[in-house]
Amino acid sequence: MRQALPLRLHVPEPSGRPGHATDFSYLRLAPAGAVRKPPVDTSAADTADLAYTLVRVLDDEGKAVGPWADPIAPELLRKGLQIMIKTRIYDARMLIAQRQKKMSFYMQSLGEEAIGAAQMLALSPGDMCFPSYRQQNLLIAQDVPLTEMMCQLFSNESDRLKGRQLPVMYSMRERGFFSISGNLATQFVQAVGWAMASAIQGDTKIASAWIGDGATAAADFQTALTFAHVYRAPVILNVINNQWAISTFQALAGGESTTFAARGIGSGIASLRVDGNDFLAVYAASRWAVERARNNLGPTLIEWVSYRAGPHSTSDDPSKYRPADDWARFPLGDPIDRLKRHLIALGAWSEDEHHRTQKEYEAEVIAAQKQAESHGTLATGKTSSVATMFEDVYKDMPWHLRRQRQQLGV
Amino acid sequence: MDNRSIQQATTPMTMIQALRSAMDVMLERDDKVVIFGQDVGYFGGVFRCTEGLQAKYGKTRVFDAPISEGGIVGAAVGMGAYGLRPVVEIQFADYFYPATDQIVSEAARLRYRSAGEFIAPLTIRMPCGGGIYGGQTHSQSPEALFTHVTGLRTVMPSNPYDAKGLLIAAIECDDPVIFLEPKRLYNGPFDGHHDQPVVPWSKHPLGNVPDGYYTVPLESASVFRPGSDLTVLTYGTMVFVAEVAARESGIDAEIIDLRSLWPLDLDTIVASVRKTGRCVVVHEATQTSGFGAELATLIQEHCFYHLEAPIERVAGWDTPYPHAHEWAYFPSPARLAGAFRKTMDGSLAAEPSKSAGQGREA
Repeated sequence: MRQALPLRLHVPEPSGRPGHATDFSYLRLAPAGAVRKPPVDTSAADTADLAYTLVRVLDDEGKAVGPWADPIAPELLRKGLQIMIKTRIYDARMLIAQRQKKMSFYMQSLGEEAIGAAQMLALSPGDMCFPSYRQQNLLIAQDVPLTEMMCQLFSNESDRLKGRQLPVMYSMRERGFFSISGNLATQFVQAVGWAMASAIQGDTKIASAWIGDGATAAADFQTALTFAHVYRAPVILNVINNQWAISTFQALAGGESTTFAARGIGSGIASLRVDGNDFLAVYAASRWAVERARNNLGPTLIEWVSYRAGPHSTSDDPSKYRPADDWARFPLGDPIDRLKRHLIALGAWSEDEHHRTQKEYEAEVIAAQKQAESHGTLATGKTSSVATMFEDVYKDMPWHLRRQRQQLGV
Repeated sequence: MDNRSIQQATTPMTMIQALRSAMDVMLERDDKVVIFGQDVGYFGGVFRCTEGLQAKYGKTRVFDAPISEGGIVGAAVGMGAYGLRPVVEIQFADYFYPATDQIVSEAARLRYRSAGEFIAPLTIRMPCGGGIYGGQTHSQSPEALFTHVTGLRTVMPSNPYDAKGLLIAAIECDDPVIFLEPKRLYNGPFDGHHDQPVVPWSKHPLGNVPDGYYTVPLESASVFRPGSDLTVLTYGTMVFVAEVAARESGIDAEIIDLRSLWPLDLDTIVASVRKTGRCVVVHEATQTSGFGAELATLIQEHCFYHLEAPIERVAGWDTPYPHAHEWAYFPSPARLAGAFRKTMDGSLAAEPSKSAGQGREA
């Protein structure tokens, strides 16, 4: 009789830990321009190869190459760069404000600025994004007054959410930005439902769903794929694979020896895997997915390969679980530097303009912050009236909440 | 109150037909109403509650869904955010658990966390309750898991008239409503006498249902049976069990059918208990931390000086719902009658302390 070997549990580990470098060879990269661009009415099965490779447009010299190198007006690219620069400056400034205890909490999007910025420019007014907590660039891309965003962060008397929500959990319906929830992945299937509603009503609006690599392990991720496929919902299913879910490497979310784009193929959804730090690739792939959705050709799943360059949040210290110089070694670089080089090569940008733009946004962010702080911060305690705590639980306040409000004496 | 002043033709309906009629009326009145869930489309639902609706309104209004409770409720939340008014079905209340995150974290809180920017005007229908040999996963009464959630409304009808009026009110309500349907009452009232033949709704006055639009307001309880000896606070199937227990015990119980569990109609409840001075709380759900605990507390808070006896609770035992021992589990007319008698006999002064102390001595 054959002697069975003892079974062994496999627990994935990142190759890099504090003190030794990450081996990024797991990333399944492809050279810029190497990956084909299918027609928008392609079948899901025919995108299987695209789910295991990487759509890239910008090469190492900053040149746009290959079938995804759509002609894009330099003005749009300049706008994209401006959004990214503004987002990064906003994040840096808000991080300081958190350290100064003007707010309890903050989450940067450092290194991931291209993805939301480019997709927002590919969407139309009336479309609805269902973001996670790291898509502040969807708002900045629309030139939302930064003061308004900061009032939410500060939970002050001008916070449109009346101090009910943790900082960064924005909600801006008129900007096509769905209310952020702390519960991961829930919005992914809600986006599909919203898209189904648009189709039920014979509307022309589409939905854009957002999730991180870690949250793909939540049940609602697979549920969203199933519903999107079953009902051919007009939705773009965006998976931002920034390699990390707090301290957990993406392999532990199920990324080892496979890709998140491949999940889409298995669910019958046309899927792409795209360089998330390549603004041109993000814009081209987003436009492709928008066209599919808008033309009743069904949903698209896109895995955006990027890197979470900053700490998970202001409550996190990444030096405890990954190498300190990890981002510098990440093969897909920095989205701002890459687009900047491309635009300078086109003659549509310059170091000088870059410097001036940064200064301009720093001034804008500082001015916005000053204005927001005039409405109060968590530290000053200038918030919305405590009585508003009892409002909006229901459309009309039931007797028990009226009574509780009276008990609090407000 | 119940729009009964509006004269319209009535038809004898079972609760199933009444619920279907409510959905028919609302599909007709409001093109934002959509209905979906497992087997609700072509097949018309495993309990026939949506029979014929897809044929009448088309499959973009009434459609089948994958077996995913989280998906059904999550998609409905998204549709509500768009501006639709989804009415979704969870096949059995016992199977809502996979949708808990979407119900508790999302539907219930969407209006609050977005300061009213987005709302979730959904109705989630769930057949509930036991008394049908449904065993562990076709008999549960999970209402306490919903009444504990801020932002939800929880409703349970006990008869066809209320079922239609409450369901229309629930669909029109801009708050998320958990609509629990006692499946034991789908075809006729049930008083717990399982050894006797079931009487169909056509023989009951509350089986007479207006054909068109009407509502039974949320947060309104009904005095199902007026009485003067004691007040029974109950809902769903137990309304009829309480009614027969009153008859058989000869105790003139005032039976309040709460209809809306939370938020509830406190005034009707308090007025009754202050009148009778005694209160028995009855539900099928397990006792500990059940909704009866909240009812008993409210009575204690609002009627303390009117109470002439301790508040009694009759509930399902604190066990999973059994199969073979259905009738030992289901609160029977005899158990209710016993509680009524105890409430009538006992007074706060005369209550023996022996039984109360037993647990602590162990």
